Amino acid sequence: MYLVIAVVILFFVVIFQIAKASEYVAVLKGEKNSKLQSNKINGFLMVAFLVLGLIGVWYCNELFFPKTLFRFGSASVQGEKVDSMLWVTIAVTGSVFIATQILLFWFAFKYQEKPGKKVFYFPHNTNLELLWTVVPAIVLTVLVVIGLRNWFSFTGEAPKDALVVEVTGKQFGWIFRYPGSDNQLGKKYYKNIDNASNSLGLVWDDKMSHDDIVTEQTVYIVKDKPCKFIIGSRDVIHDVGLSQFRMKMDAVPGIPTTMWFTPKYTTKEMQERTGNPNFAYEISCDQMCGNGHYSMKGIIQVVTQSEYDEWISKQKPYYFTAFPDKDPANSKLATDSTKKVVVSISLPNTQKSNSKI
Amino acid sequence: MSSEVALDIHTGVSSLHDAHHSHDGHEHHHHETFISKYVFSMDHKMIAKQFLITGMFWAVLGGLMSVLFRLQLGYPDSTFPWLEDILGKWAKGGHITPEAYYALVTTHGTVLVFFVLTAGLSGTFANFLIPLQVGARDMASPFMNMLSFWFFFIAGIVMLSSIFVETGPFSGGWTAYPPLSALGDASPGSKTGMDLWIVSMALFVVSSLLGGLNYIATVLNMRTKGMSMTRLPLTIWALFFTAVLGVLSFPVLFSGFILLIFDRNFGTSFYLSDIFVNGAGALPNEGGSAILYQHLFWFLGHPEVYIILLPAMGMVSEILSTNSRKPIFGYMAMIGSMFAIAILAFLVWAHHMFVTGLNPFLGSIFVLLTLLIAVPSAIKVFNWLTTLWRGNIRFTPAMMFAIGFVSLFISGGLTGIWLGNSALDIHLHDTYFVIAHFHIVMGVASMFGMFAGIYHWFPKMYGRFLNNTLGYVHFWITIIGAYLIFWPMHYEGLAGMPRRYYDYSIWESFKQFGDLNRFISTVAMIVFATQILFLANFFYSIFKGRKLRSANPWGSNTLEWTTPIRPGHGNWPGEIPEVYRWAYDYGKDGHDFISQITPIGADESVH
Repeated sequence: MYLVIAVVILFFVVIFQIAKASEYVAVLKGEKNSKLQSNKINGFLMVAFLVLGLIGVWYCNELFFPKTLFRFGSASVQGEKVDSMLWVTIAVTGSVFIATQILLFWFAFKYQEKPGKKVFYFPHNTNLELLWTVVPAIVLTVLVVIGLRNWFSFTGEAPKDALVVEVTGKQFGWIFRYPGSDNQLGKKYYKNIDNASNSLGLVWDDKMSHDDIVTEQTVYIVKDKPCKFIIGSRDVIHDVGLSQFRMKMDAVPGIPTTMWFTPKYTTKEMQERTGNPNFAYEISCDQMCGNGHYSMKGIIQVVTQSEYDEWISKQKPYYFTAFPDKDPANSKLATDSTKKVVVSISLPNTQKSNSKI
Repeated sequence: MSSEVALDIHTGVSSLHDAHHSHDGHEHHHHETFISKYVFSMDHKMIAKQFLITGMFWAVLGGLMSVLFRLQLGYPDSTFPWLEDILGKWAKGGHITPEAYYALVTTHGTVLVFFVLTAGLSGTFANFLIPLQVGARDMASPFMNMLSFWFFFIAGIVMLSSIFVETGPFSGGWTAYPPLSALGDASPGSKTGMDLWIVSMALFVVSSLLGGLNYIATVLNMRTKGMSMTRLPLTIWALFFTAVLGVLSFPVLFSGFILLIFDRNFGTSFYLSDIFVNGAGALPNEGGSAILYQHLFWFLGHPEVYIILLPAMGMVSEILSTNSRKPIFGYMAMIGSMFAIAILAFLVWAHHMFVTGLNPFLGSIFVLLTLLIAVPSAIKVFNWLTTLWRGNIRFTPAMMFAIGFVSLFISGGLTGIWLGNSALDIHLHDTYFVIAHFHIVMGVASMFGMFAGIYHWFPKMYGRFLNNTLGYVHFWITIIGAYLIFWPMHYEGLAGMPRRYYDYSIWESFKQFGDLNRFISTVAMIVFATQILFLANFFYSIFKGRKLRSANPWGSNTLEWTTPIRPGHGNWPGEIPEVYRWAYDYGKDGHDFISQITPIGADESVH
């Protein structure tokens, strides 16, 4: 480490001394000549930078584009529109980028100082200025139209048959709730939250909450079936980031948000398509939420309808986690002594839920 | 309008001094002690240097922070025992902790955006150039100007002190979104560190307002005879719009901070509702909106981008024209486009909030207005290109940085078209794509504008030149490095790799960029080291640089070059010169340049 610093410092001193010396040389040679010389060098470097830069842009694309997984396309139907929009935008901005960078560095090279050259006094030209006001305006209008059509379709109402799942962020993990057999999410109130038995603060007075199913970290959704997330947060702002589905939505405490999309491939299919047996649809928290932000991961399992039906039939309503004695499976097996203990634990919860709605 | 009478009222002291000088002809200041000349100075030129050097201090510190957190991103599995020597418990076992990582990221952002690119950039050049280029002896209120610097200085001290707090400096990101920034229980950095952060920012807002009002008053009221608004150099127009933006938007940020202070300390619920924090339980606050803060923040936050960018644009226009020996192309279009940018800057803030659950219709309006900004930006780029066309370009280091600015502004500006389009933003929001975008277009580009300004006006500031060779080395390494660092980040963003992650190795979707992250970190260190080379050049040249022999080394038209090589307080020893023309008569009628103080000739062509 210290050796590295010493070498760097030495290197700097050398550059510094050379630079100082070059200044003296410049004075000796005459300022004009040395300026012309450095002008030529820099003019050449401008073109070299342009050429190498454009090659670099191409090379960078070769290296990293495969790693973006874009070649597998979007994993959601909606995301296909994002991808196609992306290509249009790349085509437009890419060609402007190449054209303007070429002009910039080529002009810099071509019009470098030459003794005795007369410049072209050209303070303004209305037609030219109109040209580069109107053309960008038209191009941008096209992009806006494409963008807004997609935007309204993404943010519009989810189809009626969509699978509804509530997603709640917390420091630092995800909680999911399915509405259960009645297809209705029961009420919840944040003051009922209790990490041990009621992580979402469900209101047990509301019968609709009794069949709600709560899972943590992993959520199951169905291939080719629209899925609607109702998103909220328990503490600070989080964000449900689904890069493979090209979707993202903040989780804001107190203000529910929604997002919907239709997955195209099951997790298994994606593992085959990408050739990566560890592939998973990861939910990344995309909004700074504290020191554990980087580890706030959830998993989306996309499965077929039959796999989903099988999985959901095995899930127990969360109500039974809070009140194990009410669980029909438990009450048959439980002995008298365990029952008593259970009741005494769950009592405070019932009182709490009475306090408000 | 800016007659001598007005000047005498405003800067009574300096003009009296000045009258005195012109009589006995040598420069000495009667009452100037070390303290009044170098510390509590009311000379705009000295205040500019104070802003510049303080800004440099913060740039080094902010840059160093980025090197530290890039170490973590590039080498998440390595340990660096010397880190523990420097950071103590924040780098236990030679490994930066998540707390320290997030504190570094947050402070890096805050410091670079506010202390370096706002105070360091417009603080320096507005102070230095406005009086010199409009033909005034000093600012409208030199005293307020001095206060502006010292408020900035104190803001810096408070920010610096937060680094030494036991619970650590604020670590919730430079945007400081509540509830995270409001709840000490949610993050240790949101305890005392956040209090100091808000106090520091509040002081900074005060500094910024004192400065901004002064700049506006000076540009409007203190122009010399003949200096109509349409004869102002584009630097002054840019700095003027910058000041207007700051004065109108910083108070909104301030109000946002006040509400945050109330939520933090006095039990109000402006931003808080329905919160259960692990370890602290359910909070009593109900009915607030966390999104409200984001509206207030971005109402400054977006104009802030242009507060940073406009001064750079103005200086680049001036430097490109001077060194192409050609008038700036489309002077009025340049002013018009800056005006359009300034107006639109206030109408696009919610494009930072497309994924907050914003009303989609409202979102669509912001898409439209955001993409509209591309039009004035395109005008500016094409005008700069046309300015180079058929010029006679001298590659001074300032010119190199100005050309570099245009290149970066194009690259970073174009990705703005991606992010401003809400449907695409859904995928790219809060990923490395955003980091690449704003670092190129706002961070590095504005830095290039600042470097261009420093290389160009250093001779006016210190009466000496910076070393050219070092300038070229500085330029080439920096522009190559900047592209190597930020260009590949676009790909990480396209893959959806989120910002502000301490470690990506647990993520199947993002861990494929480990090599790239290491590469970026290495380049970042080289580029940072190169900036130290620039600083060495800067401080060495203040004392030992080649001396100026003529008052106008670049052959420039603007007024600052009509002052003596080392102007005293009051700028011009005699009367303030009168202005007869715009600032861009380069190469006209066969003349290399015609200074603004040259009267229009009888047979001069009209354009």
